[in-house]
Amino acid sequence: MTIIDTHVGASTHAQGTGSAFVVSVGQWITSSDHKKIGRLFIGTSLLSAVLAAVLGLLFGLERMSPAHMQIFNGNATPQLFSLYQFALVFGVLAPLFVGIALAVVPVQIGSRAVAFPRVAQFGFWAWLFGALMVDISIIGNGGPGGGRANLVDLYLLGLALAGIGLLAASLSIATSVLTSRGPGITLDEVPAFTWSALVGSIATLLSVPVMIGTIIYVYVDHSHAQLIFGGNKGINTFLGWSLSQPMTFVFVVMALGVLAEIAPISSRVEQPLRPIVLGGIALVTAAALGAVTQTAHVLNWAGTNSDKVKSIVLYALFNGLPFLGALIVVLLSLLCLKMGTPRVTASFALALLGALMILVGVAGNLLYTIKSTSLDGTVFSEGVVLYLVYGGLLSALAALTHWAPQLWGRTLEEAKVLGLALIGLLATVLAGFPLYVAGFSKQPANTVVGFDYSGPVALWNLLTGAGHALIALTIVGFVGLLINAVRKGTPVSQEATA
Amino acid sequence: MTIALPAAPTPAPRRQILVATAMASASAFMLIMGMIAMWLKFRAGAPTRNSSDGLLIIKDWMPASISMPEVAANIMLITFPVGALMAQWAAYSAKRDDAQHRSLALAICFVMGLAIVNAQIAVYSQMKIGLADGMFQTMFYAITGTMLLLVIGGMAFSLVAFFRSVGGRDNDTDVVNAHALYWYFLTAAFAVVWFVVYVQK
Repeated sequence: MTIIDTHVGASTHAQGTGSAFVVSVGQWITSSDHKKIGRLFIGTSLLSAVLAAVLGLLFGLERMSPAHMQIFNGNATPQLFSLYQFALVFGVLAPLFVGIALAVVPVQIGSRAVAFPRVAQFGFWAWLFGALMVDISIIGNGGPGGGRANLVDLYLLGLALAGIGLLAASLSIATSVLTSRGPGITLDEVPAFTWSALVGSIATLLSVPVMIGTIIYVYVDHSHAQLIFGGNKGINTFLGWSLSQPMTFVFVVMALGVLAEIAPISSRVEQPLRPIVLGGIALVTAAALGAVTQTAHVLNWAGTNSDKVKSIVLYALFNGLPFLGALIVVLLSLLCLKMGTPRVTASFALALLGALMILVGVAGNLLYTIKSTSLDGTVFSEGVVLYLVYGGLLSALAALTHWAPQLWGRTLEEAKVLGLALIGLLATVLAGFPLYVAGFSKQPANTVVGFDYSGPVALWNLLTGAGHALIALTIVGFVGLLINAVRKGTPVSQEATA
Repeated sequence: MTIALPAAPTPAPRRQILVATAMASASAFMLIMGMIAMWLKFRAGAPTRNSSDGLLIIKDWMPASISMPEVAANIMLITFPVGALMAQWAAYSAKRDDAQHRSLALAICFVMGLAIVNAQIAVYSQMKIGLADGMFQTMFYAITGTMLLLVIGGMAFSLVAFFRSVGGRDNDTDVVNAHALYWYFLTAAFAVVWFVVYVQK
């Protein structure tokens, strides 16, 4: 008896029925091929990044003249800030790396498919519909502080659904690494990116459910009682931590894995002190423990000695360890350059610049959480998020450039991607650094009017807006290069991609 | 001329369902623990007042008019380990290729799940509280409702494993072991919920 089994990614549609376009769309929607699911995550995340950048540009322009509003309506700004934060963290940072991991990890571990491909597929659609529900509810005046109760409920459901989607995809990634490795590949021998995908996925699996638990309370209270969590006004009080630090550190772990993967290859040397690099990546996930406490661990040098020790230990654990981990990865990647014979590739430049931007963001958080700096409630925190998200975006572009032969069978033009890397660096610095400075000038967070301080208010906010515009340009440019390479580039041989 | 042999087939994944269930259980445990932490935070922060005679300090958390049906709650606490025991029996039988006992154990496990759902409904009906009656009531329904959903998930797992078992999947030890692990998680999670929500209130 002969049994013919189809590969999980194989087409299940009859050929020649309907138009080629409809068949193709149907195959993409129902595909359980890990590369297709990964590309769906990547594509929608990049689209979300452009939308977030446009929103950031508008905020920058609006904040140039804080005496009165020119672009937005007064009641809309709190919801639009919520949309902006959601788009940056749950629309770009988290799903982008989940997508890259889904596409790349099975290839790296010698597996034909990701574990539970249907779960990964469900993860994408759950995340996408959750994100759309959040977007629709906020547009309809239903986000945190929104006036339409039904849409506030929709916002909470959307946030939970997006979280469930990320959990499903993370479960698939972590299970793949733990159970589907090829013969002879032990866990300590997996590539650095796969290691970062494993620890990042586990950290997501442990921290996102705490957010969902809080959403359940807030949703039940909001839709039935409105007694405990402050109704629509209280949503950010109880859920704001999930869009802020240290939660965002959990999602940048894979960005550091990209640098740790590419640096030795570009330097043509075996990674020195590899176990320490892997340990550094794992250290960043200490942030997950801080995130589940739903508190920013502030260094407050006041009170009794016991209070001081307690404050410094928690500060060092949840803010210091992620910084230490990121620093270790960056320094040991630079050591590769010193020990090897490096060649500056576009993917390495993007990965290094992205990791450096992330390091600036994590260092900024160290400063932000020192109470005596009095940065709490200022735009400094927005600057930290932008360094992390846009730094992560540069790392993601590095990964896409590096693995383009495996994902699309094409290589991207090095010189042009290098140019985009420089624009991306400029964009990230412009978007984030002025907010650091404005934070010290006490420019308040999440508002566009009613503040003033001695300093060039218009300049800082103009520069931030310009940074957002440039990052949108970088993404559009990169996607253009990719489409051009896929349509007109020479296919890479199988030997080269192996 | 050298002719290369075709590549060997990729080896089958090792204990994929068990590993995934372990991680899903850890994730769900964090969900329940996060909710327990919020419960404790709100209970600790509940307002206090002096009694009319000034001798006692009363915490306005669980209204005095509510009586917790401890019998039903304790029955649930006992039923969870029984379910876990049945799940472990199924795993033991699967290891010994004993299909009849494996199917029987999985079926009993499903019935234990039904008994827990029944007890939870009894708790709700005996307490006679509304979801919007107050802080305690809202949070009580949220946390016990979430626990109930996880139990229903466990019942679905039992049912799937049962049908696979009676369908003749004799080498299904990975699924049955994963099922047992999930029931252990349910037992541990409910033990915490029972102590914090039903005993300490």
